[in-house]
Amino acid sequence: MRAARPLRRHWRSLVPHLVLWVGVVVALFPFYWSVVMATNTTRDIFSTPPKLVPGTHLLENLQNVFARIDFWGALGNTALVAVVTTGAVLTLDSLAAFAFSKFEFPGRRALFGLLLLLFMLPAQLSLIPQFIIMRELGFVGQLQALVLPAAANAFGVFWMRQYMSTSVPDEVLDAARMDGCGFFRQWWHVALPTTRPGLAFLAIFTFVAAWNDYVWPLIVLVNPNVQTLQTSLAQLNVSFGTDYSMVMAGALLAVIPIMVAFLFLSRWFVADGVAGALK
Amino acid sequence: MYLAIAPFFVLFGVFVLIPVCFSVWLSFQKYSVLGGIGASEFVGLRQFEFLVQDATFRRALFNTLVIWVLGTFPMLAMALVLAALINNVTRLKAFYRLAFFLPNVTSIVAVTLFFGALFSEQFGLVNQLLEAVGLTGVPWLSDPWAMKVVVAVLITWQWCGYNAILYLAGMQAIPGDVYEAAQLDGAGPVRAFFSITVPLLRPVILFTTVISTITTLQTFTEPQVLFGSNTAVNPNSGGPGQGALTMVLYFYQQAFNNNDYGYGAAIALGVFAVVLVFVVINFRLARAGEDS
Repeated sequence: MRAARPLRRHWRSLVPHLVLWVGVVVALFPFYWSVVMATNTTRDIFSTPPKLVPGTHLLENLQNVFARIDFWGALGNTALVAVVTTGAVLTLDSLAAFAFSKFEFPGRRALFGLLLLLFMLPAQLSLIPQFIIMRELGFVGQLQALVLPAAANAFGVFWMRQYMSTSVPDEVLDAARMDGCGFFRQWWHVALPTTRPGLAFLAIFTFVAAWNDYVWPLIVLVNPNVQTLQTSLAQLNVSFGTDYSMVMAGALLAVIPIMVAFLFLSRWFVADGVAGALK
Repeated sequence: MYLAIAPFFVLFGVFVLIPVCFSVWLSFQKYSVLGGIGASEFVGLRQFEFLVQDATFRRALFNTLVIWVLGTFPMLAMALVLAALINNVTRLKAFYRLAFFLPNVTSIVAVTLFFGALFSEQFGLVNQLLEAVGLTGVPWLSDPWAMKVVVAVLITWQWCGYNAILYLAGMQAIPGDVYEAAQLDGAGPVRAFFSITVPLLRPVILFTTVISTITTLQTFTEPQVLFGSNTAVNPNSGGPGQGALTMVLYFYQQAFNNNDYGYGAAIALGVFAVVLVFVVINFRLARAGEDS
């Protein structure tokens, strides 16, 4: 009896890990398997039994990708759109959020209510008119068409308002006001430095969303020479008799930058960010 | 002050507020792409009359609801279990969170391409495994039900970890002495999960159910990448038998393949109405659960 107890306790603590590891394998298997596919030939993967370890055909598959789509051009476009969008969202949203969280002005509640209401409407409700507006502006087929609507990010205003109302100290703002700091200097010198984690989360969230966006680029990027990674990737799939190794090589290469960025910044993204979103 | 909120609200007005109102207006019009706004014709409720009688929209609605049921509830249940397990272990917590979150930052297009290869009918790994254990392969990408299962599996893989992290955040807010008291009363971990964790997490569970309902009812990218093709070329788009034609995919085809802006806008409003109904049902059920 005496020996049985610690053993049972040991088992109890092991079972959760076993179940979690099954989950980890399921969550990470696609990444491993896409490496296997991207480094073998399609014939090897589809042979019976299939090859289950990485092979040596990566370069060949990548060359096939580059022959089909302008991968580097699409990568450049995607990076440019994601960076500009993120910069615009951080600036505009933190400015608006600072005004909403720390200042009283006529129309404040009405404007914020309007923002929340429209935030809940589904995206496809505005897609057709957005397309018409972009055509009027002459932006159809151009990257501006991706940045402008994405910069109007209502989630960011909401999120930064919640964050600022608790983490920007009123005493410091009062002191800054006494020293003659106007709104914009208070924003720059007090609000931004005290909300860095909140801004970091918003930055990653916006960047990932811009990088992975598919619906709107699919609609508005009508020019085959100006594409993003996601729309180019989707084009790899359309031809009959798909070369899966080639497709997965492209998908893998497109996913790597965002994975690396995520792993570097994951501390904020997984812990603070999501926990904060619940408040 | 107004200077600070002006840039945001100008963009917001031009690209969100005006388009939404414009969409409502469009749904009462027969819009001519060549003639523009001036040449459009007021048709009253005709677009909506057509919508409620449209057999294809009804099929899309049915497909979407099936994908919603298959792709939301098992996923949330698994997320809840995973979160409870992570909450109970002491080691490797950060690793588990990271590993389970990774699928969510991967682009849907890349993930869809991957699952397309995995479920490929003749040589895909899934069918190879099925055949290896003596079963027959499933026509994953052409059978109407199997197609919906594939889309639901995709959604589950991508969102399970995300929801588990949300649940975990909620669980960490539950004070430990509640569990200690339960343990003193002789409740095991399973009992504690059902009589403490789940009831105390009710607000978070409601939140995740609402968010998952809203996103799943608007499923677009997965079926578009797997089965979408220009309707002008292929009337069967949405996969064989239109088995994976979702409401938003149908919207996209009508609006941007057929350039029928008026009917597209009517479909968009129809999707919005469906989403609204199901979100309200969620809240009602949650309230009924609280009362009992």
